[in-house]
Amino acid sequence: MIAALTVAERQRAIAISAALALCGLAMAIAGRDDLFGVHGVIVLLFGLGLIGLVMSQYFAPEPSEERLTRYYDDPTRVGIVLSLGWAVVGMFFGVWVAALLAWPDLTFDAAWASFGRIRPVHTSGVIFGFGGNALIATSFHVLQRTTRARLPDQFSPWFVLIGYNLFCVLAASGYFMGITQSKEYAEPEWYADLWLVIVWVTYFLLYIRTLQRRKEPHIYVANWYYMAFILVVAVLHIVNNLAVPVSFGEAKSYSLFSGVQDAMTQWWYGHNAVAFFLTSGFLGMMYYYLPKRAGRPIFSYRLSIISFWGITFMYMWAGSHHLHYTALPQWVQTLGMTFSVVLLVPSWASAGNALATLNGAWGKVRDDATLRFMMVAAVFYGLSTFEGSFMAIRAVNSLSHYTDWTIGHVHAGALGWVAMITFGSLYALVPWMWKVERMYSPKLIEVHFWLALSGTIIYVFAMWNSGIIQGLMWRTYNDSGTLAYSFIDSVVAMHPYYIARTVGGLLFLLGAIVASYNVWMTIRMSRSQAAAGAGDIDLPVLRGAGATLQAGE
Amino acid sequence: MADATRDPVTGTMTTGHEWNGIEELDTPIPRVVLFFLGAATLFAIGYWLLMPAWPLGVTYTKGLLGIDQRKVVAEQVRDAAAERASWTAKLDKASFAEIAADPAVMRHVRDTGRTLFEDNCAVCHGVQGKGGPGFPNLAAGSWLWGGSPEAIAQTIRVGINGTAKDTRTAQMMAFGRDGILQREQVLAVAAYVRSLSGQKLGEAEQARVPAGKEVYAANCVACHGENAKGQQDLGAPDLTDANWIYGGDLQSVVNSIHGGRQGHMPSWEGRLSPTDIKLLALYVGTLGEAKR
Repeated sequence: MIAALTVAERQRAIAISAALALCGLAMAIAGRDDLFGVHGVIVLLFGLGLIGLVMSQYFAPEPSEERLTRYYDDPTRVGIVLSLGWAVVGMFFGVWVAALLAWPDLTFDAAWASFGRIRPVHTSGVIFGFGGNALIATSFHVLQRTTRARLPDQFSPWFVLIGYNLFCVLAASGYFMGITQSKEYAEPEWYADLWLVIVWVTYFLLYIRTLQRRKEPHIYVANWYYMAFILVVAVLHIVNNLAVPVSFGEAKSYSLFSGVQDAMTQWWYGHNAVAFFLTSGFLGMMYYYLPKRAGRPIFSYRLSIISFWGITFMYMWAGSHHLHYTALPQWVQTLGMTFSVVLLVPSWASAGNALATLNGAWGKVRDDATLRFMMVAAVFYGLSTFEGSFMAIRAVNSLSHYTDWTIGHVHAGALGWVAMITFGSLYALVPWMWKVERMYSPKLIEVHFWLALSGTIIYVFAMWNSGIIQGLMWRTYNDSGTLAYSFIDSVVAMHPYYIARTVGGLLFLLGAIVASYNVWMTIRMSRSQAAAGAGDIDLPVLRGAGATLQAGE
Repeated sequence: MADATRDPVTGTMTTGHEWNGIEELDTPIPRVVLFFLGAATLFAIGYWLLMPAWPLGVTYTKGLLGIDQRKVVAEQVRDAAAERASWTAKLDKASFAEIAADPAVMRHVRDTGRTLFEDNCAVCHGVQGKGGPGFPNLAAGSWLWGGSPEAIAQTIRVGINGTAKDTRTAQMMAFGRDGILQREQVLAVAAYVRSLSGQKLGEAEQARVPAGKEVYAANCVACHGENAKGQQDLGAPDLTDANWIYGGDLQSVVNSIHGGRQGHMPSWEGRLSPTDIKLLALYVGTLGEAKR
């Protein structure tokens, strides 16, 4: 892979890695009395490791010009592997933290294993580690195929992918040590946030530069969604993380916002992270891999347009529905609620557009677990967006707020929609990337499908039950006019559902392990078939060459 | 870019766009989508007209219904209090003896006391009030500061070694650590104390009892009393019964004498209303009922 970089790119990689290592060294020295220093050491080792990696093939011959006639897929391949690695780690911690709620002794009296620390390892691990890497990997693939242009250089995609994973490593290792700014889904501290800004702006520029080079007159829908994902996440990340560090040698910082403004900013961020990270980005994924795999045209271009603008416009207002019946002024709650209700229409239009695209391919859905993953994902997307709009209504929220119903809702989206569309897309993408005819074992895809589906259903039903029971217990009055149940009564009532949830999560984790094994074996299979030579038809349009190259994937 | 063609499955024309094999149909937006978009938008506009909705500089549109969430919750709290007044009125005014004699009010006390106790007290004293290491058993009838409802209410109100000005204060001195007693004396008095509650002592321990009795008379009587029954106005526990806050085995008793004890109960005044405190005092009094 390093041999595919030009010598100039190798030099640039070494220079940037050295700068990173120096930065880590400075952090380690400045933060020697603080946990900040530990992160300095991690950054230093990360930089040195990268230098070593590049040096290992530094003297390989310059790659031939012929590379420019092909798409650049090495970062996508590495991104897929990283994504699956994070999936297993993140879901493992998810199962652990679920078990912790049923059996509190599973912290083993260790601070790093307490609920408040491993819970963000789970959420960041699956959202940013698994989801983020899958988005980056597929976006590079989709972007090149739908623009018929090669990525403009070979260095920046690596900077984005590896830089992003450094952020994930800093996030997760920080949580274990207790470093957090205690903003949900935005826990990493100021220095990790700053680093992510650099990485994310590079990602944005890389995307724009490639789009500028496109050989297609129109920009495909998938790219609208990927662009919305990249652009809005940048805005959200920068605004919500505005903070002043205690010093340049300490991890701790203080947010620019306080009180109800802080809460509103956080949930404007939090809900739009759901919208633009977990929805928009994965809709981009769906818009490419689902029609490809089904071999069908998108049901309606016009529907795509109103869905896209409806989703991007309306989501921006919806964050305040996380703060119903709080100190937040009621008018802000009203706006959040009403826009959430209208949002259901473009959301269902997107899900409907995906499902109607399958018209004429339902036989494939039945036979092909990969396509079935994507179909079920679209169904869960529809279910969870309906549920979301429903829960945003103040009267419903008064029952559901602070209960496990919220957790069930999130997982209907995260397991049923985000993870399913990702696994479906990866199963489609992996054989193309490693130039083999199909995945190592279609049977294991089938096994994974049923593990994932049953795990999701068990999880979601358990949390619906426990959430609604909780909500009802907290609002039931006895005939004395006082609360009928104490809080601990509701905790006791949750116990069986917490066990069921752990089982559901465990099934889903097993599915992810099966997927990782299947991908690993596919990669091994590709090595033994190496010289088979394939995929010459999967090429970008060359400067001045004929315009009608058809890709075969 | 391909030209628009007719899709054989649906009979619809494509848009003529094509990306790496992906095409799009030119299907019109289904009417049902437009209908629901219109309906949802109308709902939103209607809701904005009725409820507080849009910011106007320093104020906001109040809505035709004039509903305000703060007013609503204040009304609901007031209404609920008025509903409970049927029995809380007597709770507020009557003496503990009068309330205890009124089964109708006591039924409410048991209902409401349980949730109040479990939400506020159970974290230390346990759901059934049986306590645990470091926290007294409230169901045993063995009281540090008195078991009358008046005494219990006072303990809840001011706490023990708490933050209230008139908090109950009590301290068992660290006889061993502070050098008041020698190691042998600590062991001896521990043996004597354990013998008071009729525990089975080892042979060596038994031999220390007479010496321990002397140590006890010289050092412990002031608080725990000559008969070792404790003194409720000082918060000194009874040493002759089977109830031990910090454990009655030899090691625990030695630890208590060596290092002293200073238990803590928060002052609940300000956190719980006077009515709730009165109600809890009555409820705590009922915890031992099942046993007796």
